[in-house]
Amino acid sequence: MVAVTLWGSLRVFTNGRASVEIEARNFKELLDGLVAAYPGLRPQIERGVSMALNGRIYKEAWFTEIRPDSEVVLMPYMQGG
Amino acid sequence: MKSIHISTKVNGDAMEFVCAPDESLLDVLRNRLGLTGAKEGCGTGDCGACSVTLNGRLVCACLVLGAEVDGAEIGTVEGIATDGVLHPLQQAFIDHAALQCGICTPGILVAAKSLLDRNPDPTDTELRYWLAGNLCRCTGYDKIIAAVQDAAQKMRAA
Amino acid sequence: MMDTGHKRIFKVVGTRPPRPDGIDKVTGRAQYGADVSAPGMLTGRILRSPHAHAEIVSIDTSAAEALPGVKAVVTSKDFVFQDDDFFRDVQENCMATAKALYDGHAVAAVAAVSPEVAKAALKLIKVTYKQLPHVTDVDLAMRPDAPVVQDGRSLETVPAGMSANVTHHSEFGHGDLASGFAKADVIVERSFTTAATHQGYIEPHACLAAMNADGRADLWCCTQGQYNVRTLCAALLGLEASQLRVTASEIGGGFGGKTTVFIEPVALALSRKSGKPVKIVMTRDEVFKATGPTVTSSIDVKIGMTRDGRITAGEAHLRYSGGAFPSGTVDMGGQAAFAAYDLAAVRTFGWNALTNRPKEAAYRAPGAPQAIYAVESVIDELCQNLNLDPLDTRLKNAAKKGTLSSYGPTFDDIGLIATLEAAKKHPHYTAPLAAGVGRGLSAGFWFNFGGNTCVTMNINTDGTVSVTEGNPDIGGSRASISMMAAEELGVPYDKIRTIIADTASLGHNDVTDGSRVTFAVGLATIKAAQDAIAKMCARAAKLWGIDAEAVEWVDGAAVPAGPNAGKFPPMSLAEIAAVSFQTGGPIAGHHEFHADGAGVSFGVHLCDVAVDRETGATKVLRYTVFQDAGRAVHPAYVEGQMQGGAVQGIGWALNEEYIYGADGRLQNAGFLDYRVPVASDLPPIDTVILEIPNPGHPYGVRGVGETPIVPPLAALSNAVSRAVGVRMQSLPMSPPRILAAVMAHDAKV
Ligand code: FES
Ligand code: FES
Repeated sequence: MVAVTLWGSLRVFTNGRASVEIEARNFKELLDGLVAAYPGLRPQIERGVSMALNGRIYKEAWFTEIRPDSEVVLMPYMQGG
Repeated sequence: MKSIHISTKVNGDAMEFVCAPDESLLDVLRNRLGLTGAKEGCGTGDCGACSVTLNGRLVCACLVLGAEVDGAEIGTVEGIATDGVLHPLQQAFIDHAALQCGICTPGILVAAKSLLDRNPDPTDTELRYWLAGNLCRCTGYDKIIAAVQDAAQKMRAA
Repeated sequence: MMDTGHKRIFKVVGTRPPRPDGIDKVTGRAQYGADVSAPGMLTGRILRSPHAHAEIVSIDTSAAEALPGVKAVVTSKDFVFQDDDFFRDVQENCMATAKALYDGHAVAAVAAVSPEVAKAALKLIKVTYKQLPHVTDVDLAMRPDAPVVQDGRSLETVPAGMSANVTHHSEFGHGDLASGFAKADVIVERSFTTAATHQGYIEPHACLAAMNADGRADLWCCTQGQYNVRTLCAALLGLEASQLRVTASEIGGGFGGKTTVFIEPVALALSRKSGKPVKIVMTRDEVFKATGPTVTSSIDVKIGMTRDGRITAGEAHLRYSGGAFPSGTVDMGGQAAFAAYDLAAVRTFGWNALTNRPKEAAYRAPGAPQAIYAVESVIDELCQNLNLDPLDTRLKNAAKKGTLSSYGPTFDDIGLIATLEAAKKHPHYTAPLAAGVGRGLSAGFWFNFGGNTCVTMNINTDGTVSVTEGNPDIGGSRASISMMAAEELGVPYDKIRTIIADTASLGHNDVTDGSRVTFAVGLATIKAAQDAIAKMCARAAKLWGIDAEAVEWVDGAAVPAGPNAGKFPPMSLAEIAAVSFQTGGPIAGHHEFHADGAGVSFGVHLCDVAVDRETGATKVLRYTVFQDAGRAVHPAYVEGQMQGGAVQGIGWALNEEYIYGADGRLQNAGFLDYRVPVASDLPPIDTVILEIPNPGHPYGVRGVGETPIVPPLAALSNAVSRAVGVRMQSLPMSPPRILAAVMAHDAKV
């Protein structure tokens, strides 16, 4: 299980919880696990999200390995100029 | 509207063209003479990307009519280097990283050369006011000023 | 992960060689978007809505089509229906279907044998509009009774009961605000507004499209990303990616504004219909009305501080409008707002509302400058109220490695404290201030990105190297890429030539955005070089009759690894290349990947201003930029990014704004009335580059292009506020605004 921190406006879809536990070994499993456990997150995840893993931001790397003690933060899909 | 036949000199070479009475010198240079060095950033005299010299005077080519240049001498960025050797201003722009995207560069080179031709030793303030009609969105002007001053110094020493 | 290279001694990286495109650009030879033509080419022009908001009842193109010399007329009907929201918005912005959503929105286009005929044809297109009430102000657009720009566009995160214009809502942060504010000795709460600004690249959008009846097409255009242009155009016209080859011209500035399409699909549609090449070049007026700009914003910030300068809580409410289409830029603002600080309680609430303005395009660090302007202004006011040094106060609260960031993750190595300390030590900070001069400072932050990247490196038989990459070079990136290739291969810089591929010649590359190129393309170049090196070592091993593992690459040559490998003289890249046909064929290195780990960056800007209390005019007297570049590959180009970004920020702070009339039409669509900084407005822009290596890059490189536009807004506002003795709360601080603020203040005292 890894603890995933969600940003504030997503918490209405997780019964108000800021952090949820998901069984996942990589980013893809994490996203699938989140959608399965909290279907309200599906539209946002389909539009795109980034993930910060131990402070480093990943945009679409599904197979980035996640360890149980990793710090995982879900972030909006990043855009730049 | 009947086209007008014009004979002129561009960068020392005799050239002829026909143009519409309301056609700008910039359009003539770019579309009829194949000299695309002068750029159109606005078409209204506000950006200086189209700067050329007309009988030695610095003008915005977008504000001059092609029909006005019969018998005139025009200078564009294409004529600044001689025989394949860069002008000190051109070399200084490369050395000082005075261009990023480079779209303003032709106009700024023509304008800066025109200043140094009449004032070989401008102050930074004179230079900044002289170039105030040439917009550069990339550099913040800092390296442009440094490049022109370096070129001016080298030209004085030469 | 890859931090072995940090202590290495660089030979090429960190020097300042001339850029490969330099001579082309100083002689007028470089070809930009509008500089090419094709035989038989037509001129394309676009008809635009004169109304801020109107239903398009009908479009009659028959008279235009009948005009001699007109070869094609297109409307929205000539594009493929998109069911994906993202593509539909791009398409709708290129050509309106049911409604014109802003002044300047494209409604039809013609291609004709000359510009004159094209112009005449536009006048013959009869569009029947039914004008609708409009809204251009973000706060008004959020009211429940506001005219609705587009209905049904709200995301699921937006609470029920709000205006249909509200499309996005996001919330970030941690901790308990109430108890944080309870600990404060002083709380300041202020509201701010920022105007929409345009990227202001000097080159208007331009393209040349040629499409055959069989669906095969070529497109030449000025863009920050030819692959993205291909993706979008292929979707909008129903083409296969392989059949559409997009070539990026030299680009005359972008800053984020050339990351999407406006005229390109239109030119392709006109070319398809006419069977001839079609060139479209925007006028400056069109550039202002229908491309760019940034969001416009209205922001409330509340910050609590103890007497000794510790921030106890920070809260921000951000209301952004990205124009007539949904925009998530406010998410970036909400995440960036307090990113510079180590806070126990922090919360940002963001909203995006639709307005009858052009669709926002990215502009350097999109969303961050506005939010950070508001936060840094309030921090400055707290420092004034508590009589605290603004730099020391920021140092006291600065985020560092291990800080839980305001947007969620814990920071890795970051350079904020070092940057603040550099500012504190700099003579500018302690230089005495003349009477009436104000000094302001601001910190700034941006994320930076990596992204999809693909690089090919060919080792030529004469010992030179051709690097092929896929990102248009705006600020000298070809030089930086060549430098990294030279560094890794161990050959001189001038043996390398880097070119930008068209979409048919190299795999996908994300657009030149997010400050990604030197980081991600550089990383791919290093990896491609390593790939080529491995192949060259294998060739040398073959020649020597030893194992490939027994060969290593030192200073541009293969050498036996250790005494056991045998005694052979080093074999240089040129020597290996010369016999490559005999040893197994041409040698090339490749690398394709999705780069992550770009590393966030911080900047601190310091400025002195004098304000004329009679006219309200501000003169910037001195300006210094401090920024962490990780590793400056070409320091002159890094300085150039810092200076250019700072000056764009100065323009935003002092003059630039989209001004809409009561009729909802843009009143200043030209450089005369939309005034960007000119040379005589500015002092020299000093730069101090810090190098705190990014652990995610073998040379330590961080993106540098975007952060510099973030701090100027508050740095200028804080300086002006201190100079005039009135807290400025609205950008730009144009002379009339400053005068009004001063007069309102004087009337009170
Ligand atoms: S194009 Fe002539 S001044 Fe801008
Ligand atoms: S270098 Fe880009 S506008 Fe000057």
